[in-house]
Amino acid sequence: MKDSQMDTGPLLPDGLFAGLTEPAPGTLERLHDRLAAAAAGRQLIDVSYRTVDSPLGRLLLAATERGLVRVAFALEDHDAVLQALADKLSPRILEAPSRLDNAARQLEEYFAGTRRSFEVPLDFALSRGFRLSVLEHLPHIAYGSTESYADVAKAAGSPKAVRAVGSACANNPLPVVVPCHRVVRSDGSFGGYLGGPEAKRILLALEAA
Amino acid sequence: MGKPPFERVVSLHGAVVLRVCRAVLGAHDAEDAWSETFLSALKAYPELPADAKVQAWLVTIAHRKAIDIVRARQRQALPMDELPPRESPLGIPGGGHPEVLDAVGQLPPKQRQAVAYHYLAGLPYKDVSELLGVTPEAARRAGADGVKALRAALAETPRPALKGTSR
Repeated sequence: MKDSQMDTGPLLPDGLFAGLTEPAPGTLERLHDRLAAAAAGRQLIDVSYRTVDSPLGRLLLAATERGLVRVAFALEDHDAVLQALADKLSPRILEAPSRLDNAARQLEEYFAGTRRSFEVPLDFALSRGFRLSVLEHLPHIAYGSTESYADVAKAAGSPKAVRAVGSACANNPLPVVVPCHRVVRSDGSFGGYLGGPEAKRILLALEAA
Repeated sequence: MGKPPFERVVSLHGAVVLRVCRAVLGAHDAEDAWSETFLSALKAYPELPADAKVQAWLVTIAHRKAIDIVRARQRQALPMDELPPRESPLGIPGGGHPEVLDAVGQLPPKQRQAVAYHYLAGLPYKDVSELLGVTPEAARRAGADGVKALRAALAETPRPALKGTSR
């Protein structure tokens, strides 16, 4: 996250505190890690997050106590995504990688082609109603295959809600892990993707290999 | 838009809180105080009013945590807001000017706190006076006396690079 200078208040004349202003390099990082570990131990973190590098660019992973709650592409602006999580879930958000180690490892295996399904607890707290029904269906689309928006509408119990399937996919809070990229147009063209069309192409090509 | 993620509070204010903790407690106990301050703040963060001054709020918590730590170290009860003079000040690990920290540590507790809260954390003397339980005039005097004493102490031991930036 970017720093902006806050009010530093009255400055001492003569640089009297020059020696106090800079902690040793790495001190704040070390204190941050210690804080994250202690806060996790006392169950004070409502949303933990970390980032991972992937063939689709940097991904943000966020989890609640219940499970993975958000995967976000860089395109979505990670700072904005974290602010939205603060607004919708809780502002008790800390970068605390350990809770996400498992999800990060599985994603790495997936992108390496050695994993075909994810076994991480998911928290669908950000989705409700028909969109939730759509998201719950998506993991049933097998690795390497696709369904049309109309197929998914039927499977989710509202055959006429083809457009609503499109918006459910476009608002999928857990892309890649919940495979909305496996939903394509009836004519076989890819359709839109919240990570951009190139990301969808990469994922379908990976799974076709 | 509501409050920012707590991570942002840590990244924006972590350095200032550490500076205050070092000035008040010395380098040795400062990191414990910093950790306890941010743990407490994280716990209370959802209830913090959206328009609160976050830095002043954190300094208030740090002030209480510093007192807790001193009490725990001392075993025997001290008056609520008294910090002992530091007998063997430790340097800042890895950098900075330990002698500045030493000099701060030699100040009487009220002066040390007034200098830290006003000059390092930017709290107005009105807020400092509430934290220390003294009148605003007394807080202002403690800050001014502290700076004067610091300057005198540092002038006794001449050294390079006390002017301007340290690196």
